[in-house]
Amino acid sequence: MVAQEIMDKAVDIEGLSFTYPDGHQGLKNIDLVVYRGEAVAVIGPNGAGKSTLLLHLNGILRGNSVVKVFGLPVEEKNLKEIRRKVGLIFQDPEDQLFSLTVFDDVAFGPINMGYSEPEVKQRVTQALEWVGMNGYEQRSPHHLSIGEKKRIAIATVLSLNPELLVLDEPTSNLDPRSKWSLFELLRQLPVTKIVAAHDLELVRALCQRTVVMDEGKIVAGGSTESILSDVPLLRAHGLAPCLD
Amino acid sequence: MKHSFIDQYSGLDSLIHRLDPRTKFITSLAFIVAVVLTPASNWRVFAFYFCLIAVLLVISKLPPLYVLKRSLVIFPFVLMIAIFIPFFKQGEVAGSYNIWLWQVSVTYSGLLILANVVVKAWLCILSLILLSSATKLADLLKGLKQLGVPRVIILILSFMYRYVFVLVDEVMRMRQARDSRNFGGNRLYQLRTIGNMVGTLFIRSYERGERVYVAMLSRGFDGEVRTLHKLSFRQVDAYFSTTFCLILILPGIVWW
Repeated sequence: MVAQEIMDKAVDIEGLSFTYPDGHQGLKNIDLVVYRGEAVAVIGPNGAGKSTLLLHLNGILRGNSVVKVFGLPVEEKNLKEIRRKVGLIFQDPEDQLFSLTVFDDVAFGPINMGYSEPEVKQRVTQALEWVGMNGYEQRSPHHLSIGEKKRIAIATVLSLNPELLVLDEPTSNLDPRSKWSLFELLRQLPVTKIVAAHDLELVRALCQRTVVMDEGKIVAGGSTESILSDVPLLRAHGLAPCLD
Repeated sequence: MKHSFIDQYSGLDSLIHRLDPRTKFITSLAFIVAVVLTPASNWRVFAFYFCLIAVLLVISKLPPLYVLKRSLVIFPFVLMIAIFIPFFKQGEVAGSYNIWLWQVSVTYSGLLILANVVVKAWLCILSLILLSSATKLADLLKGLKQLGVPRVIILILSFMYRYVFVLVDEVMRMRQARDSRNFGGNRLYQLRTIGNMVGTLFIRSYERGERVYVAMLSRGFDGEVRTLHKLSFRQVDAYFSTTFCLILILPGIVWW
Protein backbone atom coordinates (compact mmCIF):
# COMPACT_ATOMS: atom_id res chain seq x y z
CA MET A 1 0.00 0.00 0.00
CA VAL A 2 2.76 2.40 0.94
CA ALA A 3 4.83 1.40 -2.07
CA GLN A 4 1.77 1.86 -4.24
CA GLU A 5 1.34 5.38 -2.94
CA ILE A 6 4.95 6.28 -3.65
CA MET A 7 4.62 4.94 -7.17
CA ASP A 8 1.57 7.05 -7.77
CA LYS A 9 3.40 10.23 -6.94
CA ALA A 10 4.96 11.55 -10.11
CA VAL A 11 6.61 14.41 -8.26
CA ASP A 12 7.16 14.75 -4.55
CA ILE A 13 8.78 17.93 -3.27
CA GLU A 14 9.03 18.80 0.39
CA GLY A 15 10.49 21.99 1.80
CA LEU A 16 12.57 22.86 -1.25
CA SER A 17 14.53 26.10 -1.19
CA PHE A 18 17.04 27.27 -3.74
CA THR A 19 19.43 30.19 -3.74
CA TYR A 20 21.14 31.37 -6.92
CA PRO A 21 24.92 31.88 -6.80
CA ASP A 22 24.35 35.65 -6.77
CA GLY A 23 22.43 35.34 -3.48
CA HIS A 24 18.98 35.77 -4.98
CA GLN A 25 16.61 33.29 -3.40
CA GLY A 26 14.73 31.65 -6.26
CA LEU A 27 12.62 29.20 -4.27
CA LYS A 28 11.46 29.33 -0.67
CA ASN A 29 10.17 26.25 1.09
CA ILE A 30 8.22 24.69 -1.76
CA ASP A 31 5.91 21.73 -1.10
CA LEU A 32 4.36 20.13 -4.12
CA VAL A 33 2.98 16.71 -4.92
CA VAL A 34 1.85 15.79 -8.41
CA TYR A 35 0.16 12.45 -8.98
CA ARG A 36 0.53 10.24 -11.99
CA GLY A 37 -1.79 11.21 -14.81
CA GLU A 38 -2.48 14.71 -13.51
CA ALA A 39 -2.06 17.92 -15.49
CA VAL A 40 -0.96 20.66 -13.12
CA ALA A 41 -0.48 24.31 -13.98
CA VAL A 42 2.02 26.54 -12.25
CA ILE A 43 1.03 30.15 -12.69
CA GLY A 44 2.52 33.33 -11.35
CA PRO A 45 4.00 36.65 -12.44
CA ASN A 46 7.38 37.01 -14.12
CA GLY A 47 10.21 36.18 -11.77
CA ALA A 48 7.99 34.15 -9.44
CA GLY A 49 10.33 31.16 -9.69
CA LYS A 50 8.31 28.97 -12.03
CA SER A 51 11.18 28.15 -14.37
CA THR A 52 13.54 27.66 -11.43
CA LEU A 53 11.13 25.11 -9.99
CA LEU A 54 10.85 23.29 -13.31
CA LEU A 55 14.63 23.01 -13.59
CA HIS A 56 14.64 21.09 -10.31
CA LEU A 57 12.44 18.38 -11.75
CA ASN A 58 15.23 16.80 -13.78
CA GLY A 59 18.16 17.78 -11.66
CA ILE A 60 19.54 20.68 -13.70
CA LEU A 61 19.31 22.70 -10.49
CA ARG A 62 19.44 21.13 -7.09
CA GLY A 63 18.32 22.87 -3.93
CA ASN A 64 18.51 22.03 -0.25
CA SER A 65 16.12 19.12 -0.13
CA VAL A 66 15.60 16.08 -2.25
CA VAL A 67 13.05 16.13 -5.01
CA LYS A 68 11.56 12.74 -5.78
CA VAL A 69 10.40 11.91 -9.27
CA PHE A 70 8.45 8.65 -9.62
CA GLY A 71 9.89 7.62 -6.29
CA LEU A 72 13.47 8.20 -7.44
CA PRO A 73 15.41 10.86 -5.55
CA VAL A 74 16.98 13.37 -7.95
CA GLU A 75 20.63 12.54 -7.32
CA GLU A 76 23.71 12.14 -9.46
CA LYS A 77 23.31 8.38 -9.82
CA ASN A 78 19.68 8.60 -10.92
CA LEU A 79 20.08 11.52 -13.32
CA LYS A 80 20.11 9.51 -16.53
CA GLU A 81 17.00 7.58 -15.60
CA ILE A 82 15.25 10.72 -14.43
CA ARG A 83 16.12 12.66 -17.56
CA ARG A 84 14.64 9.86 -19.61
CA LYS A 85 11.43 9.91 -17.59
CA VAL A 86 11.09 13.70 -17.38
CA GLY A 87 10.77 15.57 -20.66
CA LEU A 88 11.54 19.24 -20.20
CA ILE A 89 10.36 21.57 -22.96
CA PHE A 90 11.82 25.05 -22.86
CA GLN A 91 10.13 28.30 -23.64
CA ASP A 92 12.27 29.23 -26.63
CA PRO A 93 12.39 26.39 -29.17
CA GLU A 94 15.58 27.93 -30.58
CA ASP A 95 17.28 26.73 -27.40
CA GLN A 96 15.85 23.27 -27.67
CA LEU A 97 16.56 22.70 -31.34
CA PHE A 98 20.32 22.92 -31.68
CA SER A 99 21.03 20.43 -34.44
CA LEU A 100 21.27 21.00 -38.16
CA THR A 101 18.38 18.72 -39.03
CA VAL A 102 15.10 17.87 -37.35
CA PHE A 103 16.07 14.21 -37.38
CA ASP A 104 19.29 14.84 -35.45
CA ASP A 105 17.43 16.91 -32.89
CA VAL A 106 14.70 14.38 -32.25
CA ALA A 107 17.26 11.56 -32.22
CA PHE A 108 19.57 13.38 -29.79
CA GLY A 109 17.91 12.05 -26.63
CA PRO A 110 17.53 8.42 -27.76
CA ILE A 111 21.13 8.34 -29.04
CA ASN A 112 22.38 9.67 -25.70
CA MET A 113 20.41 6.97 -23.94
CA GLY A 114 22.32 4.43 -25.97
CA TYR A 115 19.46 2.91 -27.97
CA SER A 116 20.31 0.90 -31.07
CA GLU A 117 20.10 2.50 -34.49
CA PRO A 118 16.82 0.85 -35.61
CA GLU A 119 15.23 1.75 -32.30
CA VAL A 120 16.39 5.38 -32.54
CA LYS A 121 14.92 5.64 -36.02
CA GLN A 122 11.69 4.06 -34.95
CA ARG A 123 11.41 6.43 -31.97
CA VAL A 124 12.07 9.48 -34.15
CA THR A 125 9.39 8.43 -36.61
CA GLN A 126 6.96 7.75 -33.79
CA ALA A 127 7.65 11.07 -32.04
CA LEU A 128 7.26 13.06 -35.24
CA GLU A 129 4.03 11.25 -35.95
CA TRP A 130 2.68 12.15 -32.50
CA VAL A 131 3.24 15.84 -33.17
CA GLY A 132 2.04 15.60 -36.76
CA MET A 133 5.39 16.51 -38.31
CA ASN A 134 6.20 13.45 -40.42
CA GLY A 135 8.32 14.23 -43.42
CA TYR A 136 10.26 17.03 -41.70
CA GLU A 137 13.22 14.79 -40.81
CA GLN A 138 15.75 16.39 -43.13
CA ARG A 139 14.59 20.01 -42.72
CA SER A 140 16.72 22.52 -40.82
CA PRO A 141 15.12 23.89 -37.66
CA HIS A 142 15.87 27.49 -38.59
CA HIS A 143 13.62 27.30 -41.61
CA LEU A 144 10.52 26.32 -39.66
CA SER A 145 7.76 28.55 -38.34
CA ILE A 146 7.51 29.11 -34.60
CA GLY A 147 4.51 26.76 -34.34
CA GLU A 148 6.43 24.06 -36.20
CA LYS A 149 9.48 24.63 -34.01
CA LYS A 150 7.33 24.17 -30.90
CA ARG A 151 6.01 20.87 -32.21
CA ILE A 152 9.47 19.62 -33.08
CA ALA A 153 10.67 20.72 -29.63
CA ILE A 154 7.97 18.56 -28.10
CA ALA A 155 8.94 15.68 -30.39
CA THR A 156 12.54 15.94 -29.16
CA VAL A 157 11.40 14.89 -25.69
CA LEU A 158 8.61 12.55 -26.78
CA SER A 159 11.22 10.42 -28.54
CA LEU A 160 12.36 9.39 -25.05
CA ASN A 161 8.85 8.24 -24.09
CA PRO A 162 8.80 10.44 -20.99
CA GLU A 163 6.33 9.73 -18.21
CA LEU A 164 6.27 13.34 -17.08
CA LEU A 165 6.13 16.25 -19.50
CA VAL A 166 7.27 19.59 -18.12
CA LEU A 167 6.48 22.62 -20.24
CA ASP A 168 7.68 26.17 -19.73
CA GLU A 169 5.32 28.67 -21.35
CA PRO A 170 4.29 26.33 -24.17
CA THR A 171 2.14 28.87 -25.96
CA SER A 172 4.32 31.98 -25.78
CA ASN A 173 4.64 33.72 -29.18
CA LEU A 174 2.06 31.45 -30.79
CA ASP A 175 -0.91 32.77 -32.73
CA PRO A 176 -4.33 31.49 -31.62
CA ARG A 177 -4.53 28.82 -34.29
CA SER A 178 -1.12 27.32 -33.49
CA LYS A 179 -1.91 27.68 -29.82
CA TRP A 180 -5.11 25.66 -29.94
CA SER A 181 -3.64 23.03 -32.20
CA LEU A 182 -0.77 22.70 -29.72
CA PHE A 183 -3.33 22.46 -26.92
CA GLU A 184 -5.10 19.66 -28.77
CA LEU A 185 -1.79 17.84 -29.14
CA LEU A 186 -0.92 18.22 -25.45
CA ARG A 187 -4.37 17.18 -24.32
CA GLN A 188 -4.11 13.90 -26.20
CA LEU A 189 -0.73 12.92 -24.79
CA PRO A 190 -1.41 10.37 -22.06
CA VAL A 191 1.33 11.46 -19.66
CA THR A 192 1.58 13.48 -16.48
CA LYS A 193 2.01 17.16 -17.28
CA ILE A 194 3.32 20.15 -15.39
CA VAL A 195 2.83 23.41 -17.24
CA ALA A 196 4.22 26.79 -16.26
CA ALA A 197 2.16 29.43 -18.01
CA HIS A 198 0.81 32.95 -18.08
CA ASP A 199 -1.80 31.91 -20.52
CA LEU A 200 -4.82 31.37 -18.26
CA GLU A 201 -6.99 30.34 -21.21
CA LEU A 202 -4.67 27.41 -21.82
CA VAL A 203 -4.48 26.59 -18.12
CA ARG A 204 -8.24 26.46 -17.87
CA ALA A 205 -8.51 24.15 -20.87
CA LEU A 206 -5.62 21.83 -20.11
CA CYS A 207 -5.10 21.50 -16.36
CA GLN A 208 -7.34 20.19 -13.61
CA ARG A 209 -5.19 21.59 -10.83
CA THR A 210 -3.34 24.88 -10.49
CA VAL A 211 -0.77 26.23 -8.08
CA VAL A 212 0.03 29.92 -7.83
CA MET A 213 3.62 31.02 -7.23
CA ASP A 214 4.91 34.43 -6.30
CA GLU A 215 8.32 35.53 -5.06
CA GLY A 216 9.61 31.97 -4.91
CA LYS A 217 6.76 30.64 -2.80
CA ILE A 218 3.64 28.66 -3.50
CA VAL A 219 0.90 31.01 -2.36
CA ALA A 220 -2.18 29.04 -3.34
CA GLY A 221 -3.24 25.76 -4.85
CA GLY A 222 -6.40 23.95 -5.74
CA SER A 223 -8.65 23.04 -8.60
CA THR A 224 -8.12 25.22 -11.65
CA GLU A 225 -11.76 26.28 -11.54
CA SER A 226 -11.56 27.55 -7.96
CA ILE A 227 -8.21 29.32 -8.47
CA LEU A 228 -9.13 31.02 -11.70
CA SER A 229 -12.44 32.25 -10.33
CA ASP A 230 -10.74 33.74 -7.27
CA VAL A 231 -10.23 37.17 -8.82
CA PRO A 232 -8.83 38.87 -5.69
CA LEU A 233 -6.14 36.17 -5.48
CA LEU A 234 -5.25 36.59 -9.15
CA ARG A 235 -5.13 40.36 -8.75
CA ALA A 236 -2.90 40.15 -5.71
CA HIS A 237 -0.33 38.26 -7.76
CA GLY A 238 -0.51 40.22 -10.95
CA LEU A 239 -2.47 37.62 -12.91
CA ALA A 240 -5.64 39.62 -13.48
CA PRO A 241 -6.10 43.30 -14.32
CA CYS A 242 -6.74 45.59 -11.36
CA LEU A 243 -9.68 47.48 -12.82
CA ASP A 244 -12.18 49.31 -10.69
CA MET B 1 13.14 36.41 -40.78
CA LYS B 2 14.41 34.58 -43.83
CA HIS B 3 18.06 34.45 -44.78
CA SER B 4 20.00 32.96 -47.59
CA PHE B 5 22.18 30.15 -46.40
CA ILE B 6 25.28 28.54 -47.70
CA ASP B 7 23.77 25.21 -48.65
CA GLN B 8 20.86 26.86 -50.43
CA TYR B 9 21.05 24.57 -53.47
CA SER B 10 21.99 21.41 -51.60
CA GLY B 11 18.50 20.05 -52.18
CA LEU B 12 19.02 19.73 -55.94
CA ASP B 13 19.62 16.31 -57.40
CA SER B 14 22.65 15.63 -59.54
CA LEU B 15 25.60 13.29 -59.78
CA ILE B 16 27.60 15.70 -57.64
CA HIS B 17 24.87 15.98 -55.03
CA ARG B 18 24.62 12.23 -54.72
CA LEU B 19 28.33 11.68 -54.08
CA ASP B 20 29.48 10.86 -50.59
CA PRO B 21 30.48 14.06 -48.76
CA ARG B 22 33.88 12.56 -48.03
CA THR B 23 34.51 12.00 -51.73
CA LYS B 24 33.63 15.59 -52.43
CA PHE B 25 35.74 16.91 -49.59
CA ILE B 26 38.84 14.95 -50.54
CA THR B 27 38.58 15.69 -54.25
CA SER B 28 38.06 19.40 -53.51
CA LEU B 29 41.16 19.33 -51.36
CA ALA B 30 43.09 17.56 -54.13
CA PHE B 31 41.90 20.16 -56.63
CA ILE B 32 43.05 23.02 -54.42
CA VAL B 33 46.44 21.42 -53.86
CA ALA B 34 46.84 20.87 -57.61
CA VAL B 35 45.90 24.48 -58.38
CA VAL B 36 48.22 25.90 -55.76
CA LEU B 37 51.15 23.75 -56.89
CA THR B 38 50.82 24.75 -60.56
CA PRO B 39 53.72 27.05 -61.58
CA ALA B 40 52.72 30.65 -62.13
CA SER B 41 53.24 30.90 -65.89
CA ASN B 42 51.37 27.75 -66.88
CA TRP B 43 48.25 29.42 -68.20
CA ARG B 44 47.21 26.38 -70.19
CA VAL B 45 46.99 24.38 -66.99
CA PHE B 46 44.85 27.02 -65.31
CA ALA B 47 42.57 27.09 -68.34
CA PHE B 48 42.34 23.32 -68.17
CA TYR B 49 41.46 23.36 -64.47
CA PHE B 50 38.91 26.06 -65.09
CA CYS B 51 37.26 23.89 -67.76
CA LEU B 52 37.26 20.98 -65.33
CA ILE B 53 35.55 22.91 -62.56
CA ALA B 54 33.15 24.50 -65.08
CA VAL B 55 32.09 21.07 -66.32
CA LEU B 56 31.49 19.92 -62.74
CA LEU B 57 29.48 23.06 -62.01
CA VAL B 58 27.33 22.38 -65.06
CA ILE B 59 26.80 18.76 -63.96
CA SER B 60 25.81 19.96 -60.50
CA LYS B 61 22.99 22.12 -61.98
CA LEU B 62 23.89 25.08 -59.74
CA PRO B 63 22.66 28.37 -61.25
CA PRO B 64 25.74 29.91 -62.97
CA LEU B 65 24.87 33.45 -61.88
CA TYR B 66 24.67 32.34 -58.27
CA VAL B 67 28.08 30.69 -58.46
CA LEU B 68 29.59 33.76 -60.13
CA LYS B 69 28.18 36.12 -57.52
CA ARG B 70 29.34 33.98 -54.65
CA SER B 71 32.80 33.67 -56.15
CA LEU B 72 33.16 37.47 -56.43
CA VAL B 73 32.82 37.83 -52.69
CA ILE B 74 36.42 36.81 -52.07
CA PHE B 75 37.99 39.37 -54.43
CA PRO B 76 38.16 42.20 -51.93
CA PHE B 77 40.10 39.96 -49.55
CA VAL B 78 42.47 38.65 -52.20
CA LEU B 79 43.07 42.12 -53.61
CA MET B 80 43.64 43.62 -50.19
CA ILE B 81 46.47 41.17 -49.63
CA ALA B 82 47.89 40.97 -53.12
CA ILE B 83 47.42 44.46 -54.56
CA PHE B 84 50.82 45.69 -53.37
CA ILE B 85 52.83 42.84 -54.85
CA PRO B 86 53.36 44.54 -58.27
CA PHE B 87 54.85 47.55 -56.52
CA PHE B 88 57.34 45.67 -54.40
CA LYS B 89 58.50 42.89 -56.67
CA GLN B 90 61.90 43.52 -58.32
CA GLY B 91 62.19 43.11 -62.06
CA GLU B 92 61.53 44.69 -65.42
CA VAL B 93 59.50 47.86 -64.91
CA ALA B 94 56.13 47.95 -66.62
CA GLY B 95 55.22 51.47 -65.63
CA SER B 96 56.50 54.20 -63.41
CA TYR B 97 54.38 56.87 -61.81
CA ASN B 98 55.08 59.95 -59.79
CA ILE B 99 52.62 60.39 -56.99
CA TRP B 100 53.39 63.60 -55.12
CA LEU B 101 56.75 62.94 -53.48
CA TRP B 102 57.08 59.26 -54.29
CA GLN B 103 58.03 57.48 -57.39
CA VAL B 104 56.13 54.23 -57.74
CA SER B 105 56.91 51.56 -60.27
CA VAL B 106 55.11 48.43 -61.27
CA THR B 107 57.00 45.39 -62.51
CA TYR B 108 55.97 42.69 -64.97
CA SER B 109 56.88 39.88 -62.66
CA GLY B 110 54.89 41.55 -59.89
CA LEU B 111 51.85 41.81 -62.14
CA LEU B 112 52.25 38.16 -63.08
CA ILE B 113 52.23 37.15 -59.44
CA LEU B 114 49.16 39.27 -58.78
CA ALA B 115 47.29 37.72 -61.71
CA ASN B 116 48.44 34.33 -60.56
CA VAL B 117 47.19 34.88 -57.00
CA VAL B 118 43.83 36.10 -58.25
CA VAL B 119 43.37 33.20 -60.67
CA LYS B 120 44.39 30.59 -58.12
CA ALA B 121 42.14 32.08 -55.46
CA TRP B 122 39.25 32.17 -57.89
CA LEU B 123 39.68 28.56 -58.97
CA CYS B 124 39.92 27.44 -55.36
CA ILE B 125 36.84 29.36 -54.35
CA LEU B 126 34.90 27.90 -57.28
CA SER B 127 35.70 24.41 -56.08
CA LEU B 128 34.71 25.31 -52.53
CA ILE B 129 31.44 26.81 -53.74
CA LEU B 130 30.78 23.59 -55.60
CA LEU B 131 31.56 21.59 -52.47
CA SER B 132 29.49 23.69 -50.09
CA SER B 133 26.55 24.25 -52.42
CA ALA B 134 26.15 20.67 -53.54
CA THR B 135 26.39 19.14 -50.07
CA LYS B 136 24.09 19.59 -47.10
CA LEU B 137 26.16 21.08 -44.31
CA ALA B 138 24.94 18.40 -41.92
CA ASP B 139 26.22 15.71 -44.30
CA LEU B 140 29.49 17.51 -44.88
CA LEU B 141 30.10 17.69 -41.13
CA LYS B 142 29.22 14.05 -40.77
CA GLY B 143 31.73 13.26 -43.49
CA LEU B 144 34.40 15.38 -41.84
CA LYS B 145 33.82 13.57 -38.59
CA GLN B 146 34.29 10.20 -40.22
CA LEU B 147 37.47 11.52 -41.79
CA GLY B 148 38.77 12.04 -38.27
CA VAL B 149 38.17 15.73 -37.64
CA PRO B 150 37.89 16.20 -33.84
CA ARG B 151 34.35 16.13 -32.51
CA VAL B 152 34.68 19.43 -30.71
CA ILE B 153 35.38 21.18 -33.99
CA ILE B 154 32.42 19.47 -35.67
CA LEU B 155 30.22 20.51 -32.77
CA ILE B 156 31.43 24.11 -32.93
CA LEU B 157 30.85 24.27 -36.68
CA SER B 158 27.38 22.82 -36.40
CA PHE B 159 26.39 25.18 -33.59
CA MET B 160 27.82 28.07 -35.56
CA TYR B 161 25.76 27.21 -38.59
CA ARG B 162 22.67 26.57 -36.50
CA TYR B 163 22.81 29.80 -34.52
CA VAL B 164 24.31 32.29 -36.93
CA PHE B 165 20.82 33.04 -38.25
CA VAL B 166 19.41 33.40 -34.78
CA LEU B 167 22.18 35.91 -34.07
CA VAL B 168 21.59 37.79 -37.31
CA ASP B 169 17.93 38.05 -36.37
CA GLU B 170 18.92 39.39 -32.99
CA VAL B 171 21.22 41.98 -34.55
CA MET B 172 18.49 43.06 -36.95
CA ARG B 173 16.02 43.47 -34.10
CA MET B 174 18.55 45.48 -32.14
CA ARG B 175 19.20 47.68 -35.16
CA GLN B 176 15.50 48.27 -35.64
CA ALA B 177 15.15 49.19 -31.99
CA ARG B 178 18.09 51.56 -32.29
CA ASP B 179 16.79 53.19 -35.47
CA SER B 180 13.31 53.61 -34.05
CA ARG B 181 14.83 55.66 -31.28
CA ASN B 182 16.35 57.98 -33.83
CA PHE B 183 19.95 56.94 -33.80
CA GLY B 184 21.96 59.98 -34.73
CA GLY B 185 24.42 62.34 -33.10
CA ASN B 186 28.10 62.54 -33.75
CA ARG B 187 30.46 59.80 -34.83
CA LEU B 188 31.83 59.15 -31.40
CA TYR B 189 28.37 58.68 -29.97
CA GLN B 190 27.45 56.28 -32.78
CA LEU B 191 30.56 54.27 -32.09
CA ARG B 192 29.59 53.96 -28.47
CA THR B 193 26.12 52.73 -29.35
CA ILE B 194 27.58 50.12 -31.66
CA GLY B 195 29.95 49.05 -28.92
CA ASN B 196 27.04 48.61 -26.56
CA MET B 197 25.21 46.55 -29.17
CA VAL B 198 28.19 44.25 -29.62
CA GLY B 199 28.41 43.82 -25.85
CA THR B 200 24.73 43.07 -25.55
CA LEU B 201 24.96 40.57 -28.37
CA PHE B 202 27.83 38.83 -26.62
CA ILE B 203 25.91 38.57 -23.35
CA ARG B 204 22.79 37.33 -25.08
CA SER B 205 24.75 34.70 -27.00
CA TYR B 206 26.48 33.62 -23.83
CA GLU B 207 23.15 33.22 -22.06
CA ARG B 208 21.71 31.39 -25.02
CA GLY B 209 24.69 29.07 -24.92
CA GLU B 210 23.87 28.24 -21.32
CA ARG B 211 20.21 27.60 -22.12
CA VAL B 212 21.15 25.34 -25.04
CA TYR B 213 23.49 23.43 -22.76
CA VAL B 214 20.69 22.95 -20.23
CA ALA B 215 18.45 21.70 -23.04
CA MET B 216 21.17 19.22 -24.02
CA LEU B 217 21.62 18.04 -20.44
CA SER B 218 17.88 17.53 -20.15
CA ARG B 219 18.03 15.02 -22.95
CA GLY B 220 20.79 12.98 -21.41
CA PHE B 221 23.88 14.74 -22.81
CA ASP B 222 26.93 13.81 -20.76
CA GLY B 223 29.74 15.41 -22.73
CA GLU B 224 30.03 12.56 -25.20
CA VAL B 225 28.91 13.39 -28.74
CA ARG B 226 27.16 10.45 -30.35
CA THR B 227 25.64 10.14 -33.79
CA LEU B 228 24.29 7.45 -36.02
CA HIS B 229 26.58 6.47 -38.88
CA LYS B 230 24.77 6.67 -42.11
CA LEU B 231 27.32 7.53 -44.80
CA SER B 232 28.63 4.90 -47.12
CA PHE B 233 30.98 4.95 -50.08
CA ARG B 234 29.43 3.55 -53.21
CA GLN B 235 30.99 2.46 -56.44
CA VAL B 236 30.24 5.76 -58.07
CA ASP B 237 32.35 7.47 -55.39
CA ALA B 238 35.33 5.31 -56.23
CA TYR B 239 34.91 5.95 -59.98
CA PHE B 240 34.48 9.66 -59.50
CA SER B 241 37.45 10.19 -57.22
CA THR B 242 39.78 8.06 -59.36
CA THR B 243 38.74 9.77 -62.59
CA PHE B 244 38.94 13.19 -60.99
CA CYS B 245 42.45 12.68 -59.63
CA LEU B 246 43.65 11.28 -62.96
CA ILE B 247 42.30 14.35 -64.73
CA LEU B 248 44.02 16.54 -62.15
CA ILE B 249 47.46 15.15 -62.94
CA LEU B 250 46.82 14.98 -66.68
CA PRO B 251 48.28 18.46 -67.45
CA GLY B 252 51.42 17.53 -65.56
CA ILE B 253 51.92 14.50 -67.79
CA VAL B 254 50.96 16.14 -71.09
CA TRP B 255 52.74 19.48 -70.82
CA TRP B 256 55.94 18.61 -69.00
